[in-house]
Amino acid sequence: MLQFLIRRVLYTLPIMLGVALVCFALVHLAPGDPLVSILPPDASQQMQQELRKLYGFDRSYPEQFASWVWRAMQGDLGTSIASNRPVSAEVLKAVGNTLRLAAMATLIGFVFGCLFGFVAGYFQNSWVDKAASFTSVLGVSVPHYWLGMVLVIIFSSILMWLPASGAGPGGSDQWKWNWEHIKHMLLPAITMSVIPMGIIARTVRALVAEILAQEFVVGLRAKGLTDVGVFLHVVKNAAPTALAVMGLQLGYLLGGSILIETVFAWPGTGFLLNSAIFQRDLPLLQGTILVLAMFFVVLNLVVDVVQTLLDPRIAR
Amino acid sequence: MNMLNIAVDPAKVPAVAFERSPGYWQTVLRRLLRDKVAMVAAFVILLLVLLALFGGMITPADPYKSSMLSRLKPIGTPNFPLGTDELGRDMLSRLMVGARLSLFMGITPVVCAFIIGSVIGITAGYAGGYVNTVIMRTIDVFYAFPSVLLAIALSGALGAGITNSLISLTVVFIPPIARVAESVTTQIRTRDFVEAARASGANAFTIVRVHVLGNVLGPIFVYATSLIAVAMILASGLSFLGLGVKPPEPEWGLMLNTLRTAIYTQPWIAALPGVMIFITSIAFNLLSDGLRSAMEIKG
Repeated sequence: MLQFLIRRVLYTLPIMLGVALVCFALVHLAPGDPLVSILPPDASQQMQQELRKLYGFDRSYPEQFASWVWRAMQGDLGTSIASNRPVSAEVLKAVGNTLRLAAMATLIGFVFGCLFGFVAGYFQNSWVDKAASFTSVLGVSVPHYWLGMVLVIIFSSILMWLPASGAGPGGSDQWKWNWEHIKHMLLPAITMSVIPMGIIARTVRALVAEILAQEFVVGLRAKGLTDVGVFLHVVKNAAPTALAVMGLQLGYLLGGSILIETVFAWPGTGFLLNSAIFQRDLPLLQGTILVLAMFFVVLNLVVDVVQTLLDPRIAR
Repeated sequence: MNMLNIAVDPAKVPAVAFERSPGYWQTVLRRLLRDKVAMVAAFVILLLVLLALFGGMITPADPYKSSMLSRLKPIGTPNFPLGTDELGRDMLSRLMVGARLSLFMGITPVVCAFIIGSVIGITAGYAGGYVNTVIMRTIDVFYAFPSVLLAIALSGALGAGITNSLISLTVVFIPPIARVAESVTTQIRTRDFVEAARASGANAFTIVRVHVLGNVLGPIFVYATSLIAVAMILASGLSFLGLGVKPPEPEWGLMLNTLRTAIYTQPWIAALPGVMIFITSIAFNLLSDGLRSAMEIKG
């Protein structure tokens, strides 16, 4: 087990380096001068030189990469070109907001996905199963940004039950778990939960079908165990995989929230990315993507480790 | 041909009606034709493709002609069966013409990624060893990015435009396709007929062309078709963010974006382009599911 853990962690390190390289390359992939958005059009040659030196763009690529990685490891992601504030502070604040939304969405998706999946797996090929399967196809097919718009149309524009955008009266800085704030989160969280719901439902259905077909289930039934007892065994066997899928989905939602956050004006990483892209604020773009991708890599690692702890057969 | 008959004089063999068993692809096609859901999906896709090819010729109105006087007319207005958009252009015509760019933006990246990803994956799978490790570990790095994030990061860095979003979406879909191609090729590589071909002196290129391609392209193709729905949603999503197609071109994602201002005045018109994306993506998902079960691919 310990050997597996060490191997798994060591395997993650080169991936992290690769991710950093891709994020670094993004800035240099971009056409035009990265300083173009802050330089006045009539900037003198000397001023351009000075700024280039200030942001380190005058050194060679390997040198820039090494110093960027070194500083990133100490938590310094550079300075936003547009706002002149440290990138790490901005990203950290946004990550908190997105994480709150994504966690809520994953929870909703997990609960309903498991519900649909278990029902469909238990009553295979019945109408319940077909309805649940069709719902999960709808879930993976729907353009979620459009679903968000439709929910806004129904619940904000027509019924006027829930607010259409924003993060509540206190803004993102003074988040509280009260109704005034939670009601701002409901529509984006429900919209976001549709994707993991469909995927978790599919996974759980397949898992339950597979477990029910195994001999030990027949054995449990034969020795007279009640349906509830059998159900608990099925849950125990399905849990590691279902939890792993849930963990990965949380990662996908964190990285994929940009479209939904744009629809609902939710002040998270997606919103930050959006403004970074349109203001051509490359350090901010680079930093946000690096943090999100690293989070995803670490989450993958954690999911793998937890799954192995729950089911030691995987370590082999 | 029965191996036992080889030594026998063909003339002495009694004439037995030789019944050819149907080939693999024939069986797949027959199963697919029996699958009602897949056939409906295929029919919808056929309609959408026809719309993409000929939609521009049969529009009831000019999809680019705007009019300040007839802005945001409701659904069912005379001359505008599906109403008008925020610049007074006919929605029905724009949705019809929009099929062309939307389908193009969704399908092209998957086709490009299918070709490039297959080449990469088959190379890695067939070569094995060191080459495999280098290629697959590089692919793993791209796996560390959620697909939406990678697509937006690349398009954001490259800048808005059709070509740039096609490039970024292709890059997003190469790693998953390469991974599938690698795993099926690795399975085929160790089979006896490949060993036999190698023993008979065929070079690597010939073995891949004759013995490997036919066995791996099917599963890779089915996997690629399952990505089209995702690609449609992502491509429209990029346009929705303003990173893909530029106005005034009609594209469903971009139309959703520009109509966002109208969700309080004409909510149902604002939702229409999304319905088109939704229908297209359901159709591709259902057809891909049908294809997968017809080919008996699991997982």
